[in-house]
Amino acid sequence: MVEIISFYVFAGLLLFAATMVITMKNPVHSALFLVMTFFNCAALWLMLEAEFLAITLVLVYVGAVMVLFLFVVMMLDINIARMREGFARYLPIAAVVAVILAVELILVVGPANFGLEQFAEPVRHAADYSNTRELGLILYTVYLYPFEIAAAILLVAIVAAISLTMRRREGTRHQDITKQVATKATDCVRVVKMESDTDYDGGSDA
Amino acid sequence: MSELFDTVWGWGEFLWSFTIVQIVLSIVALMVPLMLCVAYLTFAERKIIGYMQVRIGPNRVGFFGFKMWGLGQPIADAVKLMFKEIIIPAKANKVLFLMAPVISLATALAAWAVIPLNDFLGIADEVNAGLLYVLAITSLGVYGVIIAGWSSNSKYAFLGALRSSAQIVAYEIAMGFALVGVLLAAGDLNLRVIVESQHGELGLLDWFWLPLFPLFIVYFISGVAETNRAPFDVAEGESEIVAGFHVDYSGMAFAVFFLAEYANMILIAALTAIMFAGGWYSPLPEAWIPGGIMGSLIGDGIQWFIIKTAFFLIFFLWFRATFPRYRYDQIMRLGWKVFIPVTIVWLLVVAVMVLMQLGPWFD
Repeated sequence: MVEIISFYVFAGLLLFAATMVITMKNPVHSALFLVMTFFNCAALWLMLEAEFLAITLVLVYVGAVMVLFLFVVMMLDINIARMREGFARYLPIAAVVAVILAVELILVVGPANFGLEQFAEPVRHAADYSNTRELGLILYTVYLYPFEIAAAILLVAIVAAISLTMRRREGTRHQDITKQVATKATDCVRVVKMESDTDYDGGSDA
Repeated sequence: MSELFDTVWGWGEFLWSFTIVQIVLSIVALMVPLMLCVAYLTFAERKIIGYMQVRIGPNRVGFFGFKMWGLGQPIADAVKLMFKEIIIPAKANKVLFLMAPVISLATALAAWAVIPLNDFLGIADEVNAGLLYVLAITSLGVYGVIIAGWSSNSKYAFLGALRSSAQIVAYEIAMGFALVGVLLAAGDLNLRVIVESQHGELGLLDWFWLPLFPLFIVYFISGVAETNRAPFDVAEGESEIVAGFHVDYSGMAFAVFFLAEYANMILIAALTAIMFAGGWYSPLPEAWIPGGIMGSLIGDGIQWFIIKTAFFLIFFLWFRATFPRYRYDQIMRLGWKVFIPVTIVWLLVVAVMVLMQLGPWFD
């Protein structure tokens, strides 16, 4: 009973937040509603006993990706009036695309393919069953090659993104930190030994 | 009298039979002492930094007419802040403006759910993905800062939010890698199992700080950076951007940010004690611990967890009293170019040590 109620609460909040993401005028509000969507999704996954996936969703998407997202979105200066201009003009095309998408999704994910007749209800695991351990075992044995290939592709993407955006301009002033760190006290301070001025007569000119 | 006692006891037993009552009570039992610790940490900071700078620190406010070395100061501060007006800037986003301090404090407190205090105490310490949960929850703290900075609709606050988000993303990676090292060494994500795998006959030398020394240092410094404490407090940077993300906050709304910062400090210190310093285990070798009352005092127990947490907390205060603030590009360099390579290299070393079953930690 508790489970069913909490499922509907989380699912309802998820749908609400997801709708708000696309209807909010302010992009920062949209991004924050997306955070809420991820949270509710994580809660649903927790209820499916997929605690590793749920926590990783919060850790990766909410903790890192959305922070960067907000970082960019906050700095945008968007003219909201201009963005809403073409709304009526594009509505018919958008509606057709949406209807087609919805029909396709229902056909694929509907009860004919994913119903209880097709899949037996999964067995509940004991409390000491560790999702993380099982995922790790499968990922690093059966799926080792796909996993490594995905990692390599991601690395290439990172390098490509950095090399595309990094440009060195001539004539900019900047600090070279390696030089700063390598500086020793003897490079900046010169200690001078001087004879003391013995002829000084004790402030007669004061 | 005994009838009244029986009725009350009966009601108590009836309420206790609900799981939710047990959960709420255990949360309250942890949170009340914790918030007291937070209040008195602010006092300890002012006193300790005072002594480090050859000052006395607050010494006037006491209880019932006695000065008591200024022990009443945090209570007086709290009362003062509670009765001040919370000013909301005219062009601020009201809902988000008031939500931001709540998020800050909530994430600082929520992580305590999975922290084991000794060999049986803890709210939900049997969660088997405890380490992941801690990482996920601590990574959310930055939302308080970002939302506060953005919703204030002020340039200084916004600059603070931008600085903070870039800094936290950078240090989170190093922190995560350091904790992966702990995970490798302990072989489990449950915080209780992590502490128990540091148990041994040698006491102090059995803990993970020794084989994971670089990760220990990286974790602690990243922790200082995550909590926005000096010398990493560029999000506040009072000499450059006034007070950074909370420049527009006043009264209790500001106080909640303040409490969240100190709660986060205690959390990081407690986590360091758990991951690298053997949690509630005694630093003395097992053979040295006598029986009887003396043995229970210096043997394993919650007192050692508290002492270790306090030990790491002193470092936060010490750093603040000693170091000047980092320049922003130096912070980024330290995070990306020093800490992340160090942790990756040491992860390989740890993996080899675990494979070779190096004693006394991994045999």
